[in-house]
Amino acid sequence: MNTADLATADALAIAAAVRAREVTAVAVTEATLARIAQRDTVYNSFTTVTAERAMAQAKAVDAAVARGDDPGPLAGAPFAVKNLFDIAGMVTVAGSKIDRDLPPATSDATLVQRLAAAGAILIGALNMDEYAYGFTTENAHYGTTRNPLDPARIAGGSSGGSAAAVAGGLVPLSLGSDTNGSIRVPASLCGIFGLKPTYGRLGRGGARLFAASLDHVGPFARSARDLAAVYDAVQGPDPRDPACTQRVAEPASPVLAQGAAGLRIATLGGHFNASGDAADAVAAVAKALGANRTVEIPEAARARAAAFVVTPAEGANLHLADLKSRAADFDPGTRDRFLAGALIPATWIIQAQRFRAWYRAQVMQVFRDTDILLAPATPCSAPLIGQEAIEIAGEPVPMRPFLGVYTQPLSFIGLPIVAVPTRAPGRMPIGAQIIAAPWHEAEALRVASALERDGVAVASCADA
Amino acid sequence: MSADAFDADAYVTAFAALIGLEIAPEHRPGVVLNLTRIAAMAALVMDFPLPDDSEPAPVYRP
Repeated sequence: MNTADLATADALAIAAAVRAREVTAVAVTEATLARIAQRDTVYNSFTTVTAERAMAQAKAVDAAVARGDDPGPLAGAPFAVKNLFDIAGMVTVAGSKIDRDLPPATSDATLVQRLAAAGAILIGALNMDEYAYGFTTENAHYGTTRNPLDPARIAGGSSGGSAAAVAGGLVPLSLGSDTNGSIRVPASLCGIFGLKPTYGRLGRGGARLFAASLDHVGPFARSARDLAAVYDAVQGPDPRDPACTQRVAEPASPVLAQGAAGLRIATLGGHFNASGDAADAVAAVAKALGANRTVEIPEAARARAAAFVVTPAEGANLHLADLKSRAADFDPGTRDRFLAGALIPATWIIQAQRFRAWYRAQVMQVFRDTDILLAPATPCSAPLIGQEAIEIAGEPVPMRPFLGVYTQPLSFIGLPIVAVPTRAPGRMPIGAQIIAAPWHEAEALRVASALERDGVAVASCADA
Repeated sequence: MSADAFDADAYVTAFAALIGLEIAPEHRPGVVLNLTRIAAMAALVMDFPLPDDSEPAPVYRP
């Protein structure tokens, strides 16, 4: 593998080359650092590059290969993380100015530890909306992250740096978080794969919370098999995350090749009826899967509303001391929403959480005779930076909140979802959500893999 | 209560005082606007009749 291919190769291809001694992890890392230096002046996806640590880890991987030891399934594959994941020795800023005052993290976040243990090389930390509260990564402190496929456009958010770093050919893997759509929205707008697992599946230890009852962490990648490889490498109980499941790991990689065989697949109607590119994306996916049935889940719009109430309340409580003492230091894009969130009456929150349980029971009825649901990931492809409105079914709506109109009602009850990238000729990419029942990530990943095999889901990568 | 009858401005003043949150004058219009938006969302949630046996989703495990 020559270094030019590293910009577009997936992580497993890089790891295979490192294990086969076709390329060293040091050479992969050096090429990665060079690409970041060259390209990220435009994308603004990285906020910190951990070059020294990366080179040390790469040398350790090469040494393991030279000794004949197993260097791990992701040996030498570069990855980077949303800057809300702890990196030992660095301050976790979570997109904020305020958190620069915190002491450096004393250990890596759980998922960073597990990826490093799998041989992956941490390259740095990535830009995000402040405290993960946004869908655009227009960050007042660290600048806007640009969409590598068209730098006049947003990368989406809140894990915008995580998506842009992959779509920009900087790293094949990244980690992000998703509370209301913050993995699926940027994956859709940047044309790459993203996995938001079941709520509680992956440990959030050492990841800065936003709204704890809705927060998930998960990977971005250029291929479905990479998503599965990361997912398999990082599963398992996390003593640092009280919401993390005690279930044993359920690896997805061994079953990926089963594709969509035997799965009952339907398209979501009602609230999830889209128009334009979003509708085309779902139609293309449904056609490829032979899914000609439409089902509805009741009260999806109300579920989005409930998430809209719980999120600012939990986020504001987390940051209340800073809202009281230094509100002016918040990003103007999040500040007023956090301040308003501090004023939400308890009965709204409790009702929203009761509604959540009721709604979950309704959706589980749908899964009695369906395994996979299809929905758009975003209502449109990447908007322009600074754009205020988008259209849904011909009606103008505010861009920022409505980018999550199709993701919010689903993360609200913690369903596992893969965002798969589609792209029509001459268009910007847009994603579709492949939604499974709780704890059935492997089924969503199988479908994503089948769509990729059939050329319906294709990851985009910016030209060098 | 209907969302129309909600006086967000008065509520912000009263509730912010209750929790000891001082809101700067330049931040206040944005706070009122956002609270009004949240109130409209909350109205959708509060209007929905739930059975008495529906517990809040988060379950505490001692």
